[in-house]
Amino acid sequence: MKNFDLVIVGVGGQGTLLASKILGHLALSEGCGVKVSEVHGMSQRGGSVITHVRVGEEVYSPIVADGQADFLLSFEELEAARAASFLKETGVAIVNTQVIWPMPVITGAASYPEAPLAGFTQKVEGADALGIAAECGNQKALNLVLLGMLSRHLAFSEEAWKNSIAACVPAKTLDINLAAFARGRALHQ
Amino acid sequence: MEQMKRLMLGNEAVAQGAWEAGLRVAASYPGTPSTEVTECLAKYPEINCQWAPNEKVAAEVAFGAAIAGGRSITCMKHVGVNVAADPIFTAAYTGVRAGMVIVCADDPAMHSSQNEQDSRYYARAAHIPMLEPSDSQECKEFTKLAYQLSEELDTPVFVRLTTRIAHARSAVTLEPREEVALKPYQKDAMKYVMMPAMARKRHPVVEAREIKLAKDANTMPINRVEIRDTKVGIVTSGACYQYVRDAMPEASTLKLGLVYPLPMELIAEFASKVEKLIVIEELEGLIERDIKAAGIECVGKELTGIQGELSVEKLRTILCGAEAPAAPNAELPVRPPVLCPGCPHRGVFYAINRLGLNVMGDIGCYTLAALAPLSAVDACLCMGASIGMASGAERAQGREFSRKTVAVLGDSTFIHSGITSLIDAVYNQETITVIILDNRITGMTGHQQNPASGKDIHNQPAPQLNIEKLVESCGVNDITIVDPFDLKATEAALKAATAREEVSVVIARRPCALLDKTPRKPYVIDGCKGCGACMKLSCPAIERHGKLVKINAALCNGCGMCEQVCPFKAIKCGEEC
Repeated sequence: MKNFDLVIVGVGGQGTLLASKILGHLALSEGCGVKVSEVHGMSQRGGSVITHVRVGEEVYSPIVADGQADFLLSFEELEAARAASFLKETGVAIVNTQVIWPMPVITGAASYPEAPLAGFTQKVEGADALGIAAECGNQKALNLVLLGMLSRHLAFSEEAWKNSIAACVPAKTLDINLAAFARGRALHQ
Repeated sequence: MEQMKRLMLGNEAVAQGAWEAGLRVAASYPGTPSTEVTECLAKYPEINCQWAPNEKVAAEVAFGAAIAGGRSITCMKHVGVNVAADPIFTAAYTGVRAGMVIVCADDPAMHSSQNEQDSRYYARAAHIPMLEPSDSQECKEFTKLAYQLSEELDTPVFVRLTTRIAHARSAVTLEPREEVALKPYQKDAMKYVMMPAMARKRHPVVEAREIKLAKDANTMPINRVEIRDTKVGIVTSGACYQYVRDAMPEASTLKLGLVYPLPMELIAEFASKVEKLIVIEELEGLIERDIKAAGIECVGKELTGIQGELSVEKLRTILCGAEAPAAPNAELPVRPPVLCPGCPHRGVFYAINRLGLNVMGDIGCYTLAALAPLSAVDACLCMGASIGMASGAERAQGREFSRKTVAVLGDSTFIHSGITSLIDAVYNQETITVIILDNRITGMTGHQQNPASGKDIHNQPAPQLNIEKLVESCGVNDITIVDPFDLKATEAALKAATAREEVSVVIARRPCALLDKTPRKPYVIDGCKGCGACMKLSCPAIERHGKLVKINAALCNGCGMCEQVCPFKAIKCGEEC
């Protein structure tokens, strides 16, 4: 698959923008039309964040329509559940199984859902991407673990992925990021 | 040679376009979603780029550069145009010698703003042409065109963005910079000194220029008719054009690149070719109103309303009768943004809550203290308003009211537009207390330097504004500087300041937690009694697990505020310390 709609969700500060940057670079370098939509500003202070990535021959809206996403890349379980309606019935949710409590849960005013991923009728691929990234040398590389998991569903070559990762991450972190990508790519085979 | 393409944010592409157009001078104040234009401009060595203390100063710097002969730009968010409106309106009269572009970024749906005003009203009110791109490539091209129009018509030109254009990345073809010669400075008082006698001669020039552009607009390629099925014709612009193409790919469209003045002949011609004319525009129904005023039948706001953003789903529902998407799952706990762990603002709001003070708030990260559980902010209006509001409250309620009320604003906001209000409070003998949260950075917009940070836009050393000396020279005698991590000292300072029958300023000084790289160890709780005293800090690292409380070591910044509030001394710095 080279034409797809994808939504990336997480918690402000988790570094979700790097994943969309790499995807955008990859799509463009492979000659695809692409639009990536980010929200900056207030939501980056620990709030819910969402990035839209649309790849196709001719992309108009930079925003993925409800129920149209082929993939949901989630950095956190509750945020995955919140974004579930974006996903097509045939879509795949790729989820870092980390739990980050939002303020109403922290204060005891609300409780964190017991099994946030249980409500998905679509396919869910979960992984402790944070733990795997830490094993690779840096927790921040959890981006690359998730992208590695996504990569198996897409028709881009491993070489193309590696080139785009190299173009988007700082040179000194490249080895860690490539290792995290490889670990993600090997999951759920 | 194949042209180089890059994926660029709309904001980045505006900067690229301005650079390609030979831009020399850029001055802005940060504001989401406009900030990255200026951040990107700062990376081009040919451009003289600066952060200004506010949008009015920025617009005046850009105007000065233009009438001195160099192409200039100023970029701001929609509410920034309110601040800069004074110079902008009269710049329309004087015109510019070299091209001047004003980028204003609107925020429909208020992702990061206090209102969703529509900047297209400014174009109409000031008689300044306005262009509206609909993707990053157009951001670049329209910015270049804006310089051409600005010099041909001798007027500043607006480039209007919305969040979905400013913060979306799409492919842009890069071109080389065109070096535009600096024009010689020429005195021309009749044109640039706007006293009544001169301004009366300039106003007809403004009108004539606008009439000419409105006529030329009918043949400008950026106003583009695309005839497909003629049952429905849609007049639209900006991000809405993209939504329309996805929602109703078969409909004919008139895509407006120039959103003021409108190409009325072209619109009439388009209307005559389609059975039903629909106007799709976010926020106000300005295009629709002009079309109706010209006697052309159309529908618009009765379908879309004036609230928030439009989207492909909304248009499918409105235009094609599709089922509306289900409402988001309301059972899931919300995740609002929060003050970061280790944020120095927290100490101030904790002390404010201990003293039960009324708070006139302001614009910045610290507005987040309005949310539960801190719930510490009573009002937030616009940049710098906290001080004036506190003065007004004292005028209405009497001096006693100021014994339990504070105005709270950040260093950047104080410099932006709090200084004059402080002078007002001293001059008019109010007795208010102002807390300046001095974290030495413009935080919420993503850490831009400001006059108090000691660095310029290139992170190079710059003269550092001394806030306490400035406050003193405004006539304030009672000035206290506290470390907001020291909760007792902060509370004592606020108690003393509010008690005084004069204007007091408390400067709470600590760098932003995201920039302070001091290594600190996380805290731990041993022997928690579940009293909940530490929960009142509203720290994301302090979590309630049943009756007891735990500190999330992965989030804890080690600021130590929680240790100070625990009545059982159960909170201690972790590991060996």
